[in-house]
Amino acid sequence: MLAFIGMTMVTAFRVLGRNRLRAGLTMLGIIIGVGAVIAMVSIGQGAKETVRAQVATMGTNLIIVWPGSTTVGGVRSAQGGAVTLTVADAQELKKKVPLLVDTGWAKRDVMQIINGNKNWNGPVNGISPSYLTIRDWSFTGGGPISQADLDSAARVAVIGQTIVEHLYEAGEEPVGSTIRIKNVPFRVVGVLSPKGQSAQGSDQDDVIFIPFTTAERKLLGTPFLGIVGAIFGSTSRLDDLSEAVDGIRDVLRARHRLQTDQEDDFTIRTQVDIGKVQEGASETLTVMMFAIASISLLVGGIGIMNILLVSVTERTREIGVRMAVGAKRRHILMQFLIEAMTLGLLGGLLGIVFGVAAACIMTVVAGWPTIIAPGSIVVASVFSLLVGLFFGLYPANKAARLNPIDALRYE
Amino acid sequence: MDAFFSGLLMGSLIVCRDLWKLYRLGDVEVQALRGLSLAIDQGDFVALMGTSGSGKSTLMNVLGCLDTPTTGHYWLDGRDVASATQDELADIRNRQIGFVFQSFNLIPRTSALENVQLPLFYRGLPLRDQRARATDALNRVGLAGREQHFPSQLSGGQQQRVAIARALVTTPAILLADEPTGNLDTESSQEIMAILADLNRRDGLTILVVTHDSDVAAYTCRELLMKDGQLVGDRHRMPAGAKTQ
Repeated sequence: MLAFIGMTMVTAFRVLGRNRLRAGLTMLGIIIGVGAVIAMVSIGQGAKETVRAQVATMGTNLIIVWPGSTTVGGVRSAQGGAVTLTVADAQELKKKVPLLVDTGWAKRDVMQIINGNKNWNGPVNGISPSYLTIRDWSFTGGGPISQADLDSAARVAVIGQTIVEHLYEAGEEPVGSTIRIKNVPFRVVGVLSPKGQSAQGSDQDDVIFIPFTTAERKLLGTPFLGIVGAIFGSTSRLDDLSEAVDGIRDVLRARHRLQTDQEDDFTIRTQVDIGKVQEGASETLTVMMFAIASISLLVGGIGIMNILLVSVTERTREIGVRMAVGAKRRHILMQFLIEAMTLGLLGGLLGIVFGVAAACIMTVVAGWPTIIAPGSIVVASVFSLLVGLFFGLYPANKAARLNPIDALRYE
Repeated sequence: MDAFFSGLLMGSLIVCRDLWKLYRLGDVEVQALRGLSLAIDQGDFVALMGTSGSGKSTLMNVLGCLDTPTTGHYWLDGRDVASATQDELADIRNRQIGFVFQSFNLIPRTSALENVQLPLFYRGLPLRDQRARATDALNRVGLAGREQHFPSQLSGGQQQRVAIARALVTTPAILLADEPTGNLDTESSQEIMAILADLNRRDGLTILVVTHDSDVAAYTCRELLMKDGQLVGDRHRMPAGAKTQ
């Protein structure tokens, strides 16, 4: 049996080799379909990986609480429109929700920052010292803002890489220098290591951190002390996130004295939620491209069926001869099925080559990150083989059912 | 005593009894074989003659197990094959019968050797045995050294010799040749008939040749004449080939 398949494959390759152009055109549908899938899956995987990496830069098992009443169900008021979250809320959360390792808080505003003769407008964030730990920020120079800085409302700042680029000459040491924010002098105590783009596409390194109390009292001004822009928290395990979110909701609803029929006056998002939004977009893309690939494979399969029907007609006499010398129906059936599967598989393999090449070109030319998944190559190969098998069934069956006498006499 | 009983008694290779073959062409029913009975002995060299439409081809197809009779019995080497299934018929064709066609019917763009190997391939023989036996068969028809030639690189006579080798390679019980010289010039025809006569005389191969040509029939020892689906003549004679050689 194995020898039979081997010999039949040799015959199949010979037949295909005889009509290279025809075989090539027949396989085109499969080549394009498989190529498109491989390229798109690579790009999709690359995009997903990028998003995953970007989401990871936000921190570890991060939970963010914003004031306002925006819910998943729809917008009720502008986010942050309500001034409902306070430092006391954040401190209470840390006490009452044991799953939270730590909580931090921040409020921000864009202000002018000056160093010597250079200036820049960047977001100034007043933060609690715990914020930097929760967000997984590390330092390339200097150190973080301390609790003492917070208590004394010290004029110290920690700056991101983008700020360094805009305010300092190359080689100039930022740590220890003095910059002016809204004309108030601050001593730079730390420089943050770069995080790159956020999942939303903003520059995470374009940032300045100062103690929350300093921001509140000396820069931003506030109608009531202790109003924060957002509360941050983190859990030690990813699985604890949703339970922690429930805990936070219960505590905040109790503190804000919300009745059961009232909606939350805050919004809670976890790192996982933010990642999902981005992945959702790439999944839409994936579904779209699978639809296109399916159509292409269908067309390719019909092409294979068509060319095999032609081949069966052309080789009617040969089929008759084979039957006369003892080929059984199943031998003829197998022969054409193997030819069909060879066409499908060969098309699939060529498609994989083109797909991988296209993905590489995308990376080099357009700079899109791509990941070539071995799984997609295996699936594509098997699928193109199956397409060949499926669309080969009808022509092969037609060949096998020929009457040997009629086949021998066919002109 | 008719051919059927005498055939059974004498242990003939082929015994046909009251074969009928009916076709339906549109509304017309064609009786291609009408109660034909026939016995062919092991080692016979038979010419089957008759005008077109006399039922020669139908009889060939039935004897060659390409077709089954509508009614009647056909014993091939002691086995009743009239009611065999398609797969069984394929097996019988593979092991018992060698075909030689008017138009050679070699598989194009496939070497002479591979063409000859084909029946053994379907028998499932190991590739090495296939090659050895096919090479041997090509030697027997005088085509040693032409194993790798494609049919298009061979003359008509050589192509027909490849076809004979393909029929011989399975050591069949009977070789059926349908107008084997119909597409050949006189010289090649004589060459082919000499090979067939030689196979019959030297190896005792049973051969049935369908032909219009009395020159071809002259090589045989027995001449059957068909008309309207029945045998109307059956005479034995001294083959012409025996005199010349």
